[in-house]
Amino acid sequence: MSKFKKKKGGDLPAISTASLPDIVFMLLFFFMVATVMRDSTLMVVNKLPAADQIQKLDKKDRVMYIYAGKPSSRYQDKYGVSARIQLNDKFASVNEVGAFILAERASKRQELQNVLTTALKVDSETKMGLIQDIKQELRKVSALKINYTTRVGDYTQNLN
Amino acid sequence: MAKRSAPEVNAGSMADIAFLLLIFFLVTTTIETDSGLNRKLPPMEDQVDPPIIREKNIFTVLVSKNDQLLVEEELADIADLRSLAIAFLDNGGGVGDEACSYCEGEKDEASSDNPDKAIISLKNDRETSYKVYIAVQNELVAAYNDLRNREYTKLFPNDGVNFVEAQKTYNDPRTSLDTKEELKPKLDQVKARFPQKLSEAESTKLN
Repeated sequence: MSKFKKKKGGDLPAISTASLPDIVFMLLFFFMVATVMRDSTLMVVNKLPAADQIQKLDKKDRVMYIYAGKPSSRYQDKYGVSARIQLNDKFASVNEVGAFILAERASKRQELQNVLTTALKVDSETKMGLIQDIKQELRKVSALKINYTTRVGDYTQNLN
Repeated sequence: MAKRSAPEVNAGSMADIAFLLLIFFLVTTTIETDSGLNRKLPPMEDQVDPPIIREKNIFTVLVSKNDQLLVEEELADIADLRSLAIAFLDNGGGVGDEACSYCEGEKDEASSDNPDKAIISLKNDRETSYKVYIAVQNELVAAYNDLRNREYTKLFPNDGVNFVEAQKTYNDPRTSLDTKEELKPKLDQVKARFPQKLSEAESTKLN
């Protein structure tokens, strides 16, 4: 008769959490591999425009970044709302771009100095006048390879 | 002495440590966008004598301060820009030395002679917004890419890829040197058929 003894207590056995660390580590490694550390804090609004005929940027050590756009909300009372250029960690005026490029170029290895690209990360709401000024400065220091960094997307997203 | 087995380490807090690290990485990192439209700026020094270019070989695109598009002096929509540019580049209206053997266009006398001669001139106002400018640039690059894709598949039908894909493979650092060497002449040949002549004038204060 004891063969058919009713099991005592209806409570469920505890779920083993032994594999939880493994799962979390898996996620951790994914994020460690898939992400890149940002090396300068963004002080401008930087919603990039969309384009679909894009090419991948060169390796990171061959790229110089120039940001431009409206100062982000916490800097607005200090710097105003008109579009500004950001170089490294601070706002800069147009005539500082040349010196920045020369300094960046000098900091790179000799063999890379001729293959550098300037990536323009410009907010989509900026006026072309500012970009034109940056381009003129880049021509003066003959940094002629540029890249308009964009999001991946259809161009029609830019039109509203 | 009696052999004592090492006590088992309690791994219960492992998950907490891993979570801590995970959250740290989640917060501190951003997935950077690292692609865009590559362009080359003209060098600063002025050309001594600018080459004479016939008016019909220039395709003018003008973006006004109200983000309106003026293509060849006529108001146009961005949606039509790509086909207009393709029609212009692919026209091949030249005769004799300037004839284009691979063009499939209209061969209109009033449009470009040869893709090698055809120049797209892009002008913008200082008040033009960047996003519209990028949209226009994108469509003009797309026109070149479409034509180059066509030529690539026409020249190398057995490759099973088009120009853009081939170029992507070529630029990929993981591609072996042998493949790159094989691709380079092909890409150059296609590029020579439709060279990207996109001139950007300095923006002016337009009325």
